[in-house]
Amino acid sequence: MSTQEYIESGILELYVYGKLNDSEVEEVVKMAKQHAEIRAEIIEIENAMVYLSGSVAPRLSGKNYEAIKQQIFGSETKVVDLKPEVKPKSGISQYLGWAAAIVFLVGGGYLYQQVEGKKEAIANIEKEKGKLQEAVVDLELKNKANEEALALVRDPKNTIVPLAGQEVSPTSFAKVYWNQETQTVYIDGAGLPEPPEGYVYQVWALKLNPLTPLSIGLLDDFKGDNKRLFPVDNVVEAEAFGITLEPAGGSVSPTLEQLYTLGKV
Amino acid sequence: MTQEELLPLIYKKDDRAFTLLYDMYSKSLFGVISNLIKDREEAEDVLQDVFVKIWKNIDSYSEDKGRFYTWIVNIARNSSIDKLRSKGFNNSQKNLSADNFVHLLDDNTRMNNKIDSIGIQEFVKKLKPKCIKIIDLLFFKGYTQQEASDELEIPLGTVKTQNRNCINELRNLLQVS
Repeated sequence: MSTQEYIESGILELYVYGKLNDSEVEEVVKMAKQHAEIRAEIIEIENAMVYLSGSVAPRLSGKNYEAIKQQIFGSETKVVDLKPEVKPKSGISQYLGWAAAIVFLVGGGYLYQQVEGKKEAIANIEKEKGKLQEAVVDLELKNKANEEALALVRDPKNTIVPLAGQEVSPTSFAKVYWNQETQTVYIDGAGLPEPPEGYVYQVWALKLNPLTPLSIGLLDDFKGDNKRLFPVDNVVEAEAFGITLEPAGGSVSPTLEQLYTLGKV
Repeated sequence: MTQEELLPLIYKKDDRAFTLLYDMYSKSLFGVISNLIKDREEAEDVLQDVFVKIWKNIDSYSEDKGRFYTWIVNIARNSSIDKLRSKGFNNSQKNLSADNFVHLLDDNTRMNNKIDSIGIQEFVKKLKPKCIKIIDLLFFKGYTQQEASDELEIPLGTVKTQNRNCINELRNLLQVS
């Protein structure tokens, strides 16, 4: 931020009003030390405020000035008068006072340091606690998601179809969890490599004779979903399932050269 | 005379410094106090208190904590609010008088000041009403930005810049008059 922008932000007005917090004040004081323009601006704002508030003030009688002066200097004069009566101390007593004062100061300083140290320690512990709480919440959420995934997979009504790796990618594998009762199909894609940029896995339900592929969905957000468990569309009839790599958005019919996994029901 | 020249004299606590301090700021502080406390005598009592407090606590002021003027205006506002509370007014700043500083100009007791107040009324009354409000709340009544934003029903983020524009307007008016 340039000096001019800093001035235009309006922070200096609030500084003169006394509306800034300690760290903001510190910043303005620092800026004012560095830039004569900012010092000049502060003084002009201040002068405008002194003038404005002075202008609307009711007339002030001189008796106030006298009364205040009396209150301030009236009592101080008496103290001065008493001074000659204070006798000079002698011997060890004058050092005792100093010694006590030094002990007090050192002790006070030590205590102050202790207190500051503890304050910092407490602040750190609070911070740690906040982080741990966040971590716990995070873990709870993950755990819940895992339990849900597990429940889906464990359902005894599932028909599980293992899909084996094909020519393009012999090491790939996948599983289809087909629950005909709840009419849901999940694909476990943990055994598939990450698709290259601009490509997506597409899942096909196949009828074999004649070969009729029906797209039942894409494994979207493959990178983001670290469980790699994807819901896809339900199928009524299927004799096999296959997964192919297709350009982003999917294809109308499968690119068989890019068939990653295949398995019969 | 600026704060930089005044402060070394005040630190020595001689009565010449007191006279300078009083000359520079008594009207301004009395303006702030009178805007909060309508009763003339009570306002004068508070003003006296404020100067005694300034003088006695001068060692607790540090230039690193902000302007000297900011410090003394703060004392004036707080002492006025304390006075109101001691008389049973509600604690919240939001319950302060709905009158703003421009009303002070209409006070009949200003008759003695008639001559200079004519010129003054000219420039103060040329300020836009929304400027009078925002300056009154933030500066004279010591509202926070949040409180001023609620009261004026303007977005919090614009309080600072709107106030800046108003002070610019005020400074322009002062240069012309």
